[in-house]
Amino acid sequence: MAETPVPWWRLFAMANDDPRKAVGMTVLVAFVAALGVSTAATVLKPYQQVHVERERQARLDAMLNTLPGLRGLMVEAGIDTLETRIVDLQSGQYDPAIDPASFDPDEAAKGPATSRDLPPGADPAGLKRIATHAPVYLLERDGRLHLVVLPVSGMGYQSLIRAYLALEPDLNTVAALTIVEQAETPGIGARIAEPDWQALWPGHRITDDDGRIMIRVTQGAAGPYEVDGISGATRTGNGITAMLTFWLGDQGFGPFLDRLRERGF
Amino acid sequence: MTGLPDRLTRPLIDENPITLQILGICSALAVTTTLATALTMSLALTVVISLSATLISMIRNHIPHSVRLIIQITIISALVIVMDGLLRAFAYEMSQRLSVFVGLIVTNCLVMGRAEAFAMRHPPGESFLDALGNGLGYSLILIVVGTLREGLGLGTILGVPLAPMLGLDGFTTLALMQRAPAAFFILGLLIWAIRAWRPAQVERPEYQLSSEEEDA
Repeated sequence: MAETPVPWWRLFAMANDDPRKAVGMTVLVAFVAALGVSTAATVLKPYQQVHVERERQARLDAMLNTLPGLRGLMVEAGIDTLETRIVDLQSGQYDPAIDPASFDPDEAAKGPATSRDLPPGADPAGLKRIATHAPVYLLERDGRLHLVVLPVSGMGYQSLIRAYLALEPDLNTVAALTIVEQAETPGIGARIAEPDWQALWPGHRITDDDGRIMIRVTQGAAGPYEVDGISGATRTGNGITAMLTFWLGDQGFGPFLDRLRERGF
Repeated sequence: MTGLPDRLTRPLIDENPITLQILGICSALAVTTTLATALTMSLALTVVISLSATLISMIRNHIPHSVRLIIQITIISALVIVMDGLLRAFAYEMSQRLSVFVGLIVTNCLVMGRAEAFAMRHPPGESFLDALGNGLGYSLILIVVGTLREGLGLGTILGVPLAPMLGLDGFTTLALMQRAPAAFFILGLLIWAIRAWRPAQVERPEYQLSSEEEDA
């Protein structure tokens, strides 16, 4: 056969029992498959994102519905959704320069000027890099704060978990936790998305009297700080513990919550 | 010799992958609680099996024997990932209800089976028809099981209540139909019915009791 300059023609010309062909064909097929999969993923991403966004909003609404008396309060105040404000995480101050409507936390977490790396020791939730600003959702009536909702995220056993944590006005009691996005093991870790499990959360305390963050997911939970984990999903539970510890701590919403406590709404 | 049209029609009843070869049972149990999920799963599997068989058949002469399974799995799983992505983009609700089962098409013996047993030895056109036929055969069973389970278990078809259509005030639904064992019962009855109609499908016993041999 004539020499050909294209390498894969030479590959096809090899005998099928040649080990080089076995390796070559595997690599070639894997490469083509990878190309196809990544192209499809990139093309389909915007379409999927629309659904994910809608789902997130629906979960937030559903969470508001589970909170006793909240809807009534909102109807009374003539509002149908919470007020969104953008917080500078490090100072804990609101940042009025950023328009909440156009702020995209996912984009911000990627931009070099709008995000920062987390040092390995201070990254229990496995996020690597977070945005410097984050949205918070507030419900205020006649100058009194009724609810604060914080978006939190962290690595579970095999996927990024995103959730909304709603706090009572004392800022130390969980009003609700809603998982809005996760891809944990179906039937095991993925049960964190079930209402039955999320219903365990309301009423749990976050910090002890010394201000240490105590809330955690554990097997055989006892006391005001512990939430019962799902059997077989220990690492998913640990992921949620780390996620809350991180976001309620100094690197996350800690400064904002401190400021809220000191100076009020 | 089997003609080309037969490649497409034989897997529907005579060589049905579920009722004759008893392949793909896992997903047939899991996704048939309603007709809508059964239809979506059928579509996903038929597309994946047809495309994978065609692609594998196109490169069959260049697949070294020692790595053929790896290459088949790579092609099948790439197609499954794309299929799953398409469902999540354009049928999000449905993809949530099917959860892992679209992903599990990769491990469905049916897809691998057709690739290994047929597409590796036949030209693309024939492989495509054979795979399409098998996909449709699988779909046929899923649709029958899904219709029965949703109809009897929830009293609806594709979410539309059945009772008014039949001119009834209502009927008691069978909760058992929504549970996994019901799929086994229906599959078993289907296999029985098909084999009663086509006795050629009845397997010969692998051995006979010695007393029977003596009697004979």
